[in-house]
Amino acid sequence: MRENLAKAFALTDTQIFRRAPLPKSYSDFLGRKLFLFLLTLQGLVAFALITLGVILRKSRTARNVIRPRIRREIARAGVALLPMFLFVALALGFLVIGQTVSALARVGATGYLGSTMVIVVVRELGPLLAAMLVLARVGTAHVIELGTARAMGEVEALEALGIDPVHYLIVPRVLGMAVGVFALTVYLIIGALASGYLFAFLQDVPLTPGDYYKQITEALNWLDFVLLALKTIAFGFFIAIVTCYHGLAQPLRLDDVSRVAVRAVTQGVIVCVLIDTLFILLYLVT
Amino acid sequence: MSETENAAVIEMREVSVGAMRDISFVVLEEVSWTVAPGEFWTVAGQPYAGKSDLLMLTAGLMAPVKGECKLFGTDTRMFGEAKLAERLRVGLVFAGGQLFNQLTIRENVALPLQYHRDLTPAAAAQAVETLLELLELAPLADLAPTSVSDNWRQRVALARALILKPQVLLLDNPLAGLGTRHLHWWLRCLDRLARGHDWCDGRPMTVVVTTDDLRPWRNADRKFALLRDKKFFPLGGWNDVESANDPVVKELLAVPLETTI
Repeated sequence: MRENLAKAFALTDTQIFRRAPLPKSYSDFLGRKLFLFLLTLQGLVAFALITLGVILRKSRTARNVIRPRIRREIARAGVALLPMFLFVALALGFLVIGQTVSALARVGATGYLGSTMVIVVVRELGPLLAAMLVLARVGTAHVIELGTARAMGEVEALEALGIDPVHYLIVPRVLGMAVGVFALTVYLIIGALASGYLFAFLQDVPLTPGDYYKQITEALNWLDFVLLALKTIAFGFFIAIVTCYHGLAQPLRLDDVSRVAVRAVTQGVIVCVLIDTLFILLYLVT
Repeated sequence: MSETENAAVIEMREVSVGAMRDISFVVLEEVSWTVAPGEFWTVAGQPYAGKSDLLMLTAGLMAPVKGECKLFGTDTRMFGEAKLAERLRVGLVFAGGQLFNQLTIRENVALPLQYHRDLTPAAAAQAVETLLELLELAPLADLAPTSVSDNWRQRVALARALILKPQVLLLDNPLAGLGTRHLHWWLRCLDRLARGHDWCDGRPMTVVVTTDDLRPWRNADRKFALLRDKKFFPLGGWNDVESANDPVVKELLAVPLETTI
């Protein structure tokens, strides 16, 4: 319970370093930045492991309370964002994919269409864009909600009631966001590919829907589906971990919340890019 | 009574209490205090004397910096998930309530019951309704905590602490800022709980309250203690409080003191 949070945060009390006077030399400044980065990384890894442990250990605890909260988080990080994702999918299709399709058709390179779409949309742009949008829309809300709850003493109230704050506050958000990012990425990819073809069709590109569909399906293999699922779940999981960690990390004052929200979003973006890099390496290896 | 029933509910030996926000900052030292079952203690002190921190430590929410604190004979340092049942024998009412603002009042009260007893909302509803009726909260049940006054929020916090029928009730400055009607309601309610209420199967409840104003707590059946200069001083009964020559006690009794103005 309390020790779950304490373990992750006692290790990483970065406030004393952040509030220390600015070092005089550039190397000292870089050293401090590196030290802070390592401390934060240590805290995030500890927090992620603790959350995973709680997910596994308490899968049967208080299901009547936790399951509705997970459903609510899936709705928030998934269903509620569908209209926005539909708009983004249309925009992505019109602005990027449609132009790519028509450019490839102009130079007679429609044979590369499938593999280009798979690399650009399925592997990279779709998952990363979905993760960024969910981070902006839901991740920020996590930091503010949890930071406010922490500042208002709600975490202590949970502990006093014998309720594990990680189980009650973090687990539903992590699971909800992992499912949400995965589902939204699938919708985004399908929407973008469809609207991209529509744009190309409007430009009289000589490509039938059947050929377009065939090219894309032939360029896809089972590994794309597996890695897409893993990648998007990893995005959702780690975005939730970063935002929840910063929301709960320190006993905050209300005026700290906005500053911490900015830091959490920045680190969320960095984490997503690092995960993406890891998966690019995986694609290259396999 | 058996030996177990007579054993101290709260027992502190040479305890140093750290601040909740920064445990390295010691707010109380050498606290030795024993609370027997069924006792009603009023711990008084000026603001920032360490009252809230003492209650948090007593509830097992933080470990003592030094010394030993036992609840029902178990060291509070051992209060992990394995000792959750022991922990749930203690109810804590925070100053200001610290309610969950995302939930309605009914959901706030039902949460501990649903979480620990794994009850469906329907199954928990009956117990919750009974308690809400008892504390006159039923008309407000579907409102958000932010929609009601501080008087009612404090009462919701009491309901949330009572829903699991604890044996010990710790209340952090429960009368602060209450209107007269609510203040009298609280005093009556806590007396009833301490004597044994049907809600808790007639079992007398051990009650510890903190306060920065001793006047409302005038009652011969209560025991009093004072926090001053980082120390814990047991005062005795009300007569001892009234006869105490301590300037802090006099201030907490609102006896006019010499001022610089």
